[in-house]
Amino acid sequence: MSVGFLLVAWELYANHSGIKPTILPAPSRVFEQAVLNREALIDNAIPTIRATLIGFACSLGAAFVLSMLVDFFQPLRRALFPVFIVSQTLPLVAIAPLVVLWFGFGLTPKIMLVALVTFFPMLVALVQGYEATEAEIGQMLRVMGAGRWRVFMLARLPSALPYFFAGLRISITYAVVGAIFAEYAGAAKGLGIYMLNAKNNFRPDLVLAAVGVSAGLTLVLFGLTVLLQRLAMPWERDAGRQIAGKGPRR
Amino acid sequence: MTRLELRHVRKAFGGLDVLADISLSVGAGEFVSILGPSGAGKSTLFQLVTGAERGQGGMFFDGAPLDDYGRHFAFMPQRDALMPWRRILDNATLGLEVQGLGRKAARMRVAPLFAEFGLAGFERHFPAQLSGGMRQRAALLRTVVQERDMLLLDEPFGALDALTRAVMQRWLEQMWRHHRWTALLITHDVREAVFLSDRIYVLSARPARVVREFSVALPRPRDSTGVAGRRAGTLEAEILDVLLNLQPSKGHDHD
Ligand SMILES: Nc1ncnc2c1ncn2[C@@H]1O[C@H](COP(=O)(O)OP(=O)(O)O)[C@@H](O)[C@H]1O
Ligand SMILES: [Mg+2]
Repeated sequence: MSVGFLLVAWELYANHSGIKPTILPAPSRVFEQAVLNREALIDNAIPTIRATLIGFACSLGAAFVLSMLVDFFQPLRRALFPVFIVSQTLPLVAIAPLVVLWFGFGLTPKIMLVALVTFFPMLVALVQGYEATEAEIGQMLRVMGAGRWRVFMLARLPSALPYFFAGLRISITYAVVGAIFAEYAGAAKGLGIYMLNAKNNFRPDLVLAAVGVSAGLTLVLFGLTVLLQRLAMPWERDAGRQIAGKGPRR
Repeated sequence: MTRLELRHVRKAFGGLDVLADISLSVGAGEFVSILGPSGAGKSTLFQLVTGAERGQGGMFFDGAPLDDYGRHFAFMPQRDALMPWRRILDNATLGLEVQGLGRKAARMRVAPLFAEFGLAGFERHFPAQLSGGMRQRAALLRTVVQERDMLLLDEPFGALDALTRAVMQRWLEQMWRHHRWTALLITHDVREAVFLSDRIYVLSARPARVVREFSVALPRPRDSTGVAGRRAGTLEAEILDVLLNLQPSKGHDHD
């Protein structure tokens, strides 16, 4: 709704204010150009998608392994977290060109940058999630005879799921931005470099078309995480569908 | 025969004295309650008995000292501690799975008990879909199927409304008559303690010590009407009197 309203206002303003299309193109023109240049856009979107997904997968794997280590060896947490926090304060604008300089125009620097921006949020989400485990459940499992590993698998890991998915939804948007930033700093192909070239050729319409593609990409990925959460956490979905008269919960 | 015995058990958290001096015993097939104000240290006592925390004093089971996380107890925490992500059936089998029983065998063992626990037809539900009373029965089912030597129940009905609680107390009393579990129940409800127990230990406010021990020599099945009901009422009044005269009213806190 609000997006539609904004687009209409923009269209009217662009058409009637006398601003040149090379400065502010109307949405209709952006759309027209996007359709005309669809092959180039798709061609450049594929490396971006690849970098986003591979980078994100690497970061997820690393965050998961580290979150478990940190959960089992608490001192590790105090040792490692400052490093991770510092990694989050590094300005991407400065880091991206350096990483490209060191690792070339290929896929590697993109994966690294995507991982850099998504790793910490995922790690924090997981560690917080483990800690949200009800203490009573842990104590009960110990009395049942479960060791630390069983407690982790039976209670801490499932307790972390809502936190994991909240982290996933935030990180996936960072991931796309990270990939585009990396390409902006230097790439053979990709939405980032496409935007840079379009800008240098005074084609804001094509810049905006590429922005539209990246926004669409982010939305699709976001939607996928929501879908995944519904599949992975059926008890949340069914909670509303109560059959027994539900009394006060705790 | 004495199963659980505590001798002069004490516990402090940092500088906070929680348990001052607790001595009690529970015999085989006996239902014993610990009655005390909230914040007294009742749940802490269970933490010591189950090995989650370490304290001072002697703790024995069948005459042998209790070691960490001994295999004697089936423990029901203060909140029902049902896992929201597991269906009721899978919550009920949790203890058996931890004991190493296969999923199928565990399900076979708990399935016949669902009717007795008033949960028939709800095996496939998630805990969030159940009423408060049903959740407590599910938690109790998960506790008793472990077939341990003794039940530790921490305020199992504390979160229920008065009517549901009365229904659940009746139900538990009836279940206990059939099964004769050795049980130690924590409660702050005088009526509940009298209705369910063979003996009652009354604790002071924190730091907790045993101030009185009552025997409940009332016939079972327990009845809250007639002569037995009047005798129960007299006992309740007497216990309440002890509880009210306990504190040099230094203000008590809630958990
Ligand atoms: N792990 C702990 N660390 C510090 N204080 C604790 C801990 N567990 C319980 N306490 C304190 O011990 C006191 C008694 O708590 P608890 O045993 O839960 O009381 P009750 O179950 O009788 O209501 C409370 O004041 C509580 O804050
Ligand atoms: Mg308590």
